Parts: sequence; structure tokens; C-alpha cells
Amino acid sequence: MNLFNIINEIEKIDPEFNDRLNPRRAAIKNITRFGSKVTLAAMPFALGTMLKRAYAADTAAPGVIDVLNFALTLEYLESSFYNLATGNTTIIPADTLPYFITIRDDENRHVSFLQSAISTLGGTPITSPNFDFSGGSGSMTGPFTDVFTNYDTFLKLALTFEDTGVRAYNGQASNLINNKDILTYVLAIHAVEARHASAIRQIFKISPWITSTATLGNDTGISFADANYQGEENVLQKGIDVTKLPALSGSTTSIGTATAAFDEPLTMNQVQNLIKIFIAP
Amino acid sequence: MKTYPKESTPPINTSRRRFLRRAGVSAASVGLLATAACHKGEQIRVKPNKIDIGKGDMSVLNYAYALEQLEAGFYTQLIQTPYSDITADELALFTSIRDHEILHREFFKAALGANAIPTLVTDFTTINFSDKISVLNAAKNFEDIGVLAYVGVSNQIQNKDYLTITGKIASVEARHAALLSNMITPGSFSGTDQVDDIGLNKFLSISDVLYRTNGFLKTKVSAIYYDYQV
Repeated sequence: MNLFNIINEIEKIDPEFNDRLNPRRAAIKNITRFGSKVTLAAMPFALGTMLKRAYAADTAAPGVIDVLNFALTLEYLESSFYNLATGNTTIIPADTLPYFITIRDDENRHVSFLQSAISTLGGTPITSPNFDFSGGSGSMTGPFTDVFTNYDTFLKLALTFEDTGVRAYNGQASNLINNKDILTYVLAIHAVEARHASAIRQIFKISPWITSTATLGNDTGISFADANYQGEENVLQKGIDVTKLPALSGSTTSIGTATAAFDEPLTMNQVQNLIKIFIAP
Repeated sequence: MKTYPKESTPPINTSRRRFLRRAGVSAASVGLLATAACHKGEQIRVKPNKIDIGKGDMSVLNYAYALEQLEAGFYTQLIQTPYSDITADELALFTSIRDHEILHREFFKAALGANAIPTLVTDFTTINFSDKISVLNAAKNFEDIGVLAYVGVSNQIQNKDYLTITGKIASVEARHAALLSNMITPGSFSGTDQVDDIGLNKFLSISDVLYRTNGFLKTKVSAIYYDYQV
């Protein structure tokens, strides 16, 4: 029985196995010393214990699968959206097409990652809903019927989806606080969504960050998206009004800077309400 | 403990590290600990140009505070001495980023209160502020490190509010990072240097981040509790 072959086999299925966070990496490294002290007969049991330590601790926290399936729904939405748009050769201009191919590929990878993460934790990944990108809840006659024929409409929806995605992931972080590995991976996706949002805002020729006013979170000028940006106008961080903090010159900070420097979370319920018009029953 | 060929002195011995951990070393208490340790014949040299972030959530906030001090300092210098061919758009973008980083710094300072580490002295002598490429590369490096750091440190945070707030800042740093990437190479906003082949942003431990950033600081930042000492 060659323990290292087993580890290698596991790595083929789960490339992160050996790359998980420090304590576990250390645990795997310790196999050498550990193995020399354990009899051959005891080996399968010992390995089982080790794997339990690497995976099982993460399965206990309630709600984690729900959070990941929620994230998976968002990723299904985004990946379907970009798969359809990039499959349509006419809608996206040649100069920005590479941007959307990059984003599409990232979203497809997020889908695969979340599906395997859910399965690894013993959950069942939800299947993809049918989407109605006209925003008609399945009627296909919503306000965005030209989404895949009018680049402007496509761009506005892409921008809205990405900024909403950033806010949605941020809102789930605290629900994963007891699940250290999953938390890190989910926030690693969160950062990629923010990279996408920044890039699309650059294409849209607005600031890469959300610069709200005191009363309006939405800085995009996209009128249908007000609800997606609701709350971005917040300036209270852990009880501190950040507009009262000093800037480079002066003893206060502008609303614009105060809102742009912090993205604000959305709850799962808020996000579900925002995306439901794109989901066919 | 990892070995760090450039930045760090030889690792402290394990028993001392355990002692520090058990004693609950914190930034504020390093001086006292040094005294206590000396009674046992151990030598911990606390130099004024070195600080430690301590442990617990305050250490994470101090770590973030240190990184934001670094970023704010960099952009402040950039705006004070901009490269000659800087465009109005570039100046406006860098000014906004500077202001975000200053506010992040001031937020952590306020949130930490008496637990805050001192103001760090920066060292940007390796950056040529009169050269656009040097400045863009340095800015991208700082933003990327910010994202790597915030994602990597997230699972060390115990308080849900702090976890949410560092997440709010992390995505803004990622927005900066994507902008800088595109300014250097259009379309590289989610490049393979920062995003792995399964679509996840890479992340780094506290020790790896401090190893990459202490070169820009005259005040060296240690994280003994996280196995990193300069």
C-alpha cells in the first residue's frame, strides 16, 4: 500500500487537496513521520481519519450547502447569460469581445467549482433554472427583449449582474464564518466578480467603483437598476460614520469617497427578489 | 516557520514562539512581554522600527491597517510627484483610489482605537515615480497584494461584522486591481497571474503578504502569532 499514491489519486480528483489551508497542508506533510509509526494494518483507518479531518469538519455547519447553492444559482445566471451572448456573433463588438469571453470562462468555472464543492460536502448541487433574460419571469416578453440584439441593453444587464453578484457574495461571507475553507473559496470568487464589475464599468465608461450620493446608491444611470444598488449609499461602517473621518486635506470625507471605498452587501432574500424576473418557473 | 531569505532574520526558536502565543502577544503588549521574557533570560529585541500585529481580530485589523497605510502612502506620493505625461483621466482615477485608500486607513485606525499599531514609515525608493510603467506596475502590485491579502486573511476573522467589512473593502481593492491591470494590458483584468485556472482569485497568508510588502516599509511589520518575524 503506497500512501503517497493515494494522496496523488485524491489530488487528481480534488486539485486543492494538498493545497488546502495551512493546518491541513501540514497534516498531509506529516504523513511521512506519521506513516513510519503506524503499522500497515492500521493504515486505512488512519487515512480515513485524516480525510475526515480534511473534509468532514466543513460539512457540519448548517446552511453552508444552501449558501453554495444560492451562489450556484447566481453563477448559472451569469454563465448562461454570457454563453448566450458570446454564442451570438453579432451582438458584442470585436473590441470588447475578449473581455466577455474572459468573463464567460470565469463564470463557467465558478459553476463547475461550486457544483464540485457542494458534492464534496455531501450536498446536492441544484440544477440550472431556465432563464428568461428579457426579465419576463418566463414570458420571454419582459422589458429586455432586445438583450441579445442590442449591445447597450446587454451591457447594462451585464453591469447590473456583476455589481449585484459582488454584493451577493459579500452578504454571504458571515454565513460561512465557521467554515474556513469554503469561506476563503467563496471570497476568492467574490474578488473575481469584482474584477468583472470593474472591467464592465470601464467599458460602460463609468468609474470602476460604485460612487453613490447621499440618497441614491445607483451611480450607473441605468434607471431599472435602482433596486440593485439600494443600500450602496451607506456610510456607516461598524458604527463609524466614515464621512466624519479625515481625508488627505480636511477633517471629513466626501459622500462619494465614503460610498466608493466600501461595497455594500445584499441579503440572500434581496438578491432572490432582484433576479426572479430572469428565472422561468 | 518558513525561511525568508531577504527580509527576515533567522527564525526565533520554537519555545519562545510558543511562549509568545500562550502569553497572547499583542501589538500593545510587546514592550511588556520583552520585559517579562528578559526575566527568564530570553532576549527579545524590540526596536522602534519594528512592530508586531499581535493576535485575534485586532491583529487582522492591524494587518489591514498596515496594508492600507502602505497603499495610501504610495498614492499620496504618486499624486504629489506624478509622471510627466499623466493624463487628466489617469490623475482623476489615481486621486480617487488614493482617497479610497486613505479612508480605508482612517477607518481601521478609528476601529482599532487604542489597539492600533503606530503610523508606519514607508520606503518607496525602488519605485521610479517619474516613469509611468514603473508606477503602473507598482500600483497593480499593491492592489493585487491587497486582494490576495484580504481573501487570504478572511478565515482568520472571528467577528462577523469585521468579516463583512473586510469583504466590502476587498472587492473595492479588486475593482482597483482590475483597472490597473487593464491600464497596463487591456483585457487582463482577470489574468492568470491573479486568478487560477478554476476561476478563483488567488490568496496569500499573512506571512507571505508581509514578506512581499516589508520591502516598502522602513517600519518592519511582524506577525509572530502567524509564524512570521522580520
